[in-house]
Amino acid sequence: MSLPLAALGEFGDAVQFLFQSRESQAGGAEVGGAQIWGLVLDHLRLSAVALLAAIAVAVPAGLVLGHTGRFGFLAINLSNVGRAVPTLALVAFLVAFLGVGFWNVTFALVLLAIPPILTNTYTGVRQVDPEMVDAARGQGMTGAQVLGRVELPLALPLLTDGVRISTVNVIATATLAPLAGASSLGDPIVSFGVYGDTGRLAGSLLVAALAIGADAGIAALRRALTPRGLRLTAST
Amino acid sequence: MTAILAQAEGFFRDRGTGDGSCVERNGFCPSWIADNLDRYVGRPLLEHVELVVVSVTAGFAIAFALALLARRRRWLAAPIGQVTAVLYTIPSIAAFFLLLPFTGRGFLTAVIALTAYTLVILFRNIMTGLDNVPAEARDAGLGMGLTPRQLLWRVELPLAVPEIMAGLRIATTTTVGLATLAFFAGAGGLGETIYADLRFKSNVVMAGGVAVLLAVLADALLLGIQRLSTPWTRAVAR
Repeated sequence: MSLPLAALGEFGDAVQFLFQSRESQAGGAEVGGAQIWGLVLDHLRLSAVALLAAIAVAVPAGLVLGHTGRFGFLAINLSNVGRAVPTLALVAFLVAFLGVGFWNVTFALVLLAIPPILTNTYTGVRQVDPEMVDAARGQGMTGAQVLGRVELPLALPLLTDGVRISTVNVIATATLAPLAGASSLGDPIVSFGVYGDTGRLAGSLLVAALAIGADAGIAALRRALTPRGLRLTAST
Repeated sequence: MTAILAQAEGFFRDRGTGDGSCVERNGFCPSWIADNLDRYVGRPLLEHVELVVVSVTAGFAIAFALALLARRRRWLAAPIGQVTAVLYTIPSIAAFFLLLPFTGRGFLTAVIALTAYTLVILFRNIMTGLDNVPAEARDAGLGMGLTPRQLLWRVELPLAVPEIMAGLRIATTTTVGLATLAFFAGAGGLGETIYADLRFKSNVVMAGGVAVLLAVLADALLLGIQRLSTPWTRAVAR
């Protein structure tokens, strides 16, 4: 175990950091090992809370806007505006005006996650074939039924793409949480004095693994959620 | 956490002179900003612009070469798309530190990571733009006796300009945002200014505002270039 890790140099040392705790560089408390897996849990909890809140806001809003076709300009351009606002500026803005704390970081992450989900949900509903909507209405479905049974299932692939973009963004930005007083995998990156080079590298490895893992997981979910009828026509 | 707080206190003193009472109350202080404008539009802005211009230019050159390669060897298109997508998924802060053992702190590390992030969108849009060239336009070019190289430069690329520019605009605004994190790699930029005093409202609003403004201006500039370079699309629109 130790020989191949040693061959990896600094990266091997970082991997070892994940499984063996050591005294922190500042002295005192132990870092690494179980302690860093606690940070993984903090990171995941923060990201999950923010994403669920963003989905709860953005999906209904996107569905209603898409169904009624109103405020389309707003729904489409929201993600363009969102892209122009740097994540660090967003977090700093909330720290300066609202102060530090778990819920303030969560709020920043929710603001960050809403635009891609809202825009994709809106686009997903709008690109449903109007003839299908007509057919559903012809069968006597109410507006809510058309939305729930026809438009939502057909919008799911694009909606899921939006969630996927936001998930990766949120996991990446949750790294900045320690700047706003909430614990996450950003701790070893921001508190360099405590964790040192090895801890920082280990934290970076874990953040990257979380983002890639979540991305792959949602990609699999998207395939499972795509209605069978769409899978036949979709080339991807 | 205590380390960060101590750091923030240090910068608090660094706010310098100006409208003392406003700075003391941590309000939004126009006169302090006027006195300290060089903290925003000086070196940090220049570093930021430099990071964005170098990264997007390098990304475009690489994505363009990859797209030409993928058009010649079709089977390469899918793997190139997937690899660039995975690169895009790696959080930028993590990427900076993962590169550190190889390239050290500084401009180069930041540029490598930022360049990698532009590839997925640029490659995808260049490919779509070239693929969407109407077959008739291509046939007409071939009928006029154009060689494949001439066909690419005189027919296919001009017709793909709108798609390519759309990709360039998204890549540029994204890079302006990501470059605020480049100070983690030791490359400065507007993010360093934000980070220097996270709790000071005037500082956060100004540094963040300059970054957003830069993204908007770069986007408008690219849109203008696109309009000028494709006069035929305006003729059709009328």
